[in-house]
Amino acid sequence: MTDDVSPANAPESAPSAQGSRALGILKLLTEFQIGPILALIAIIFCFALLDVALGNGGFATLRNLRVVTHQAALIGMPALGMTMIIIAGGIDLSAGTALTLSCTALAVAFRDYTVPVEQSGAVMGIVGALSLCLVIGVLCGLLNGIIISLTEMVPFIVTLGTMTIFLGLGQIWASESTVYPGPGHLPIWLENLCYTGKRGTDYFIPGLPIPGSVLLTIVLAIIVAALMRYTVLGRNIVAVGSNPQTARLCGINVPLTTVLVYAIAGIFVAFGALLYFGNVKNGNPSDGTGLELQIIAAVVLGGGSLSGGRGSVLGTLVGALIIKVIDNGCTMLSIPNTYTHIMIGVIIIVAVLIDGLRNGKPKWLFR
Amino acid sequence: MVGSEAAQSASTASQPLLEVCDISKRFGPTIALDQVNLAAHAGRVLALIGENGAGKSTLLKTLSGAHDADSGTMRLDGLEYQPRSPLDARRLGIGIVYQELTLAPDLSIEDNIMLGRSGTGGGLLLRGSQRDQVRQCLQRVGLGHLSPTARTGDQSVATQQLIEVARALASQAKIVLLDEPTSSLPAADVQRLFGIINDLRNDGIGVIYISHFLEEVREVADDYAVLRDGNSVGSGQLTDITDDQIISLMVGRDVDDLFPSVPHDIGQARLEIAGLSAKPMPIDTDLTLHHGEVLGIAGLVGAGRSELLRCLAGLIPAKSKVATLDGNRLPSSVGARRRLGIGMLSEDRKSEGLAQSLSITENLAMGNHRRYSSYGLVDLKSRRKDANGWIKKVEVKAHSAEQTIGELSGGNQQKVAFARLLAQDADIYLLDEPTKGIDVGTKAEIYRMIGELAAQGKSVVFVSSYLPELLAVCDTIGVMNRGQLVETRASADWNEESLLAAAVAVTNR
Repeated sequence: MTDDVSPANAPESAPSAQGSRALGILKLLTEFQIGPILALIAIIFCFALLDVALGNGGFATLRNLRVVTHQAALIGMPALGMTMIIIAGGIDLSAGTALTLSCTALAVAFRDYTVPVEQSGAVMGIVGALSLCLVIGVLCGLLNGIIISLTEMVPFIVTLGTMTIFLGLGQIWASESTVYPGPGHLPIWLENLCYTGKRGTDYFIPGLPIPGSVLLTIVLAIIVAALMRYTVLGRNIVAVGSNPQTARLCGINVPLTTVLVYAIAGIFVAFGALLYFGNVKNGNPSDGTGLELQIIAAVVLGGGSLSGGRGSVLGTLVGALIIKVIDNGCTMLSIPNTYTHIMIGVIIIVAVLIDGLRNGKPKWLFR
Repeated sequence: MVGSEAAQSASTASQPLLEVCDISKRFGPTIALDQVNLAAHAGRVLALIGENGAGKSTLLKTLSGAHDADSGTMRLDGLEYQPRSPLDARRLGIGIVYQELTLAPDLSIEDNIMLGRSGTGGGLLLRGSQRDQVRQCLQRVGLGHLSPTARTGDQSVATQQLIEVARALASQAKIVLLDEPTSSLPAADVQRLFGIINDLRNDGIGVIYISHFLEEVREVADDYAVLRDGNSVGSGQLTDITDDQIISLMVGRDVDDLFPSVPHDIGQARLEIAGLSAKPMPIDTDLTLHHGEVLGIAGLVGAGRSELLRCLAGLIPAKSKVATLDGNRLPSSVGARRRLGIGMLSEDRKSEGLAQSLSITENLAMGNHRRYSSYGLVDLKSRRKDANGWIKKVEVKAHSAEQTIGELSGGNQQKVAFARLLAQDADIYLLDEPTKGIDVGTKAEIYRMIGELAAQGKSVVFVSSYLPELLAVCDTIGVMNRGQLVETRASADWNEESLLAAAVAVTNR
């Protein structure tokens, strides 16, 4: 029923036909993902102030910056895939357990199928282990995508099911315990992948103290952003997420696109598993329960819409940062974990509320 | 030309039941209503006429309490009328039947009729007294045979529309507003609806009837009021004005040719289909489409016209004995058929035809990315350039190619959907109700584009419920009846009566 507010009468009108100018500006800001960035800056500012006043001054330090960005990368990496899934109108509740299943696979491979790095044939073993991790991640995504496409069931239900399937599979594989890699089996780069300490030489780029996990996430984020913007597949994913019927009418192979999206997301689950493994240096399939919620929260905080068609890679990374800055700031201020949970919950709801304003929601406000 | 003042005074001497005075409404910089006046009388039917974007829907929403007017007054039955909400409006005696059904499909008919009015017994439903009231209302709209406990979603669209009317009556409506009620009704049900509108009029209820179809307006209404660009441009009694005068009031210029025709020749057979069947429709249908031919498909709603088109587009999996395109076998998937030049325009712009939340550019490019890409990489610049080209070509009114589809008016949306087919460079255009819910001016443009396509040797299949346009635009017309294409003749050999007769005829099978 938008007929009567058509721009026909006012060709050079502002983008928003329903709100005041202030709301128009707000809309513009969130369009470019400035909203989440502003929120992040505000949160950092608050914690920095509180830290100076009440804490020990450990928050606004370079070392802490490395720690926070590294922790955000652990969420941000799998959230890259989740961003694509959510833009395509889907959801993946199994991302957390799929991640730790891949991580367990990596740990098992580094325990059973590799040799200490100084021995001959070590490289082959390492390549094999990494490939196994990647294959498991992609297989998990493929399984989700194929079930969703073939059965036309709701992604929420399908991945709710596969979530516990992956958990169970991981537990069987790990014999219901934590898997530790063999001593000396890990290559030095993997040992240092998540290093956030003082020794400059231990970083990927010696002398430039940026954690390897952060570098890897940034590189892959750029690739995903380009994929979404500049490739036919990316545009098709947006089309499918906005309106699958229209996409089908236009000859886009909706089931195939769906399967591809989940499979590609599996790649990022596998990379997420690699980072996770690099962080804890073991594999425990149960670690992943609840992780998917943080991943989804990062996407939503970054402007992703659970009804599909909208989301941004930059926004997702900012979303992951928001979650981890709150987490980290609260730790620094010795605020108990319980309060952190409440805070993150409130921030998610407020962020989505603000986002809703640009779509004219809640309706009573725009009457 | 008819002066609004003169016509107004001539219209009637009695006091109007509903009077709208100088109502204005702005949305940001857009003026949707500019000092609109309207007067509806008890026991008369007022036709509210205007192109899409003229302000009809905004006026309707203002009357219903969904919008607050910025200025102006409304009077109902001589009293100040200022509805705070749609519920308030209903309590005050305004019943509205929207173009899109607003019934809850899973509730019973009774519950739908009483929705928002039940709970009179301290939160408990008083089923017994309700039931009588519901029966009475259903009887008045000719649905006395229906059980009030039947599930609403199981009823036909026409019946559901009448249930909405019954709902308005149940709340003792003094005025019933019908927003394009016939746009999704087959001809027989339209007549039934008109009968009921007549009964309402005889009961002394005021009816405001919004429609694009002048023939219908003539048949059912006593008075008219025309809106254009948010202004009242004329009103009076229908007996005092000709159709051409109404149209020129609506579009603000003289439309000398409602159905512009472009001369074209019919060539060889392009698409040949025999024994096409799908579940549940179409049934064993044969169809031949030639180069440069505009083939119309008439028939009742539910006769399988859309299904036939969707089978041809590949959207519904179907079996056929013969299916060839220019002598070659026709592939089955939508994508493959699209690549061979079969393009489809959906009947449902909102939920299928266009992605409402995406930009014009994105919608135009959807499925056409092959043109702007190499090795899977999209050239955004050429895509934008093309989009701007199409916007200019089909004259879409938008402030930029990046504007969201949902912000455009219905007619402009349809132009974008049409332009996507042109951008696809299709050879066969499957058009499902391409002029549904769009204004007269845009309709004429679409007829012209269809003619031009045929002149270029393209083929068009044109499904429509509006017989005058089929007769004027098509070379041949086939009639669908219960899932079968029962009769195909040259347009010159058809008239409205014979088309209707073929559409309702009892078939052998």
